[in-house]
Amino acid sequence: MSDTDNWKIWEVFVRSKNGLSHKHVGSLHAPDAEVALKNARDVYTRRSEGNSVWVVPSEAITASAPEEKEALFTPADDKVYRHPTFYEIPDDVGHI
Amino acid sequence: METINFEDRFQEYVDSEQKVEPKHWMPEPYRKTLIRQISQHAHSEVVGMLPEANWISRAPSLRRKVALLAKVQDEAGHGLYLYSAAETLGADRSDLVGDLLSGKAKYSSIFNYPTRSWADIGAIGWLVDGAAIANQVMLCRTSYGPYARAMVRICKEESFHQRQGYEIMLSLCRGTKEQKEMAQDALNRWWWPSLMMFGPTDKESTNSAQSMNWKIKRKSNDELRQEFIDKTVPQAEFLGLTIPDEHLELDEKTGHYQFGPIDWEEFYQVLKGNGPCNKERLEARNKAHDDGRWVREAANAFAKKTLERKGENSAA
Repeated sequence: MSDTDNWKIWEVFVRSKNGLSHKHVGSLHAPDAEVALKNARDVYTRRSEGNSVWVVPSEAITASAPEEKEALFTPADDKVYRHPTFYEIPDDVGHI
Repeated sequence: METINFEDRFQEYVDSEQKVEPKHWMPEPYRKTLIRQISQHAHSEVVGMLPEANWISRAPSLRRKVALLAKVQDEAGHGLYLYSAAETLGADRSDLVGDLLSGKAKYSSIFNYPTRSWADIGAIGWLVDGAAIANQVMLCRTSYGPYARAMVRICKEESFHQRQGYEIMLSLCRGTKEQKEMAQDALNRWWWPSLMMFGPTDKESTNSAQSMNWKIKRKSNDELRQEFIDKTVPQAEFLGLTIPDEHLELDEKTGHYQFGPIDWEEFYQVLKGNGPCNKERLEARNKAHDDGRWVREAANAFAKKTLERKGENSAA
């Protein structure tokens, strides 16, 4: 295959409606950002799935490695005092 | 200390119904099986556009025409979702497309049958999409995350495909005698190839057991085929059409339909490239790819020029 056929990969994020975050929906190939946006509209919003689209070159994303999962995320598991239910408040106080 | 190898740990992980994501460790055969299956699935969506595109310009009304256009456009989109899913496993898009164009890669044999009349468009939506949906609903629960997510999206979109097909069949069956005969003729020609879409019987299917173990597949070929038949026979009865199988009979005890022998020789012949349209389909795909080259080149040239201009502007 020639270089012509090897466009870089873009990740696509769609906001389904105002007030919500953009959400990752998939990826596509395009020669530049402008074409990536147009392709994203055709590939990922054929049924009014969104009103705003982001395209990001896949190579620009830095992802955590699955092996790091424990080191990164388990420290939060034993910190129950970060949650409101950790604190004891008598019912009589009412909603707090 | 007890050592657990990676394969066992992977199997345990899959057995606990957790999804495998792109960067996770996975056995090489798992990765290879998925790349093969997902890319074949993508190729099927892409080649699947051809038999239907044959009727876009001759659709009997504007309503039918916009529906068929939207359906064919969906198939293109589905192909793209699936190629993207295959890429998350490290496959290269241009290699996958190259294998389709060279004839090395396989796609669903059903698309090597011709669409002779308008009724075939009805039969494809009803039967071929119906069979595809049975398979795809199962794949929404496949163990590989990106594949499962693509399937959820595809299933949502496919349900209109089957309904538009059945509606076409219904219109023909409620029409003139000739129209009903067209519908029956289409059913006669598409019924058996549709049953073959589920693949060889469980006894003959070599890769099935491993795929089931890895939870790539969740139901066997024969289970899915039976499910499809049980669902489709009453739909044919509603249309007033006859399924072309003299052995077809409801087994009151099991609630399932028994059916006659499938001509597997035909299946393997079409798979080998000897179906009615194999050559035509590949030629059409290659022509489309070649004819689109100038568009890709122009897009590249434009992207390059825009980048250069941006450079000049920021330098000035």
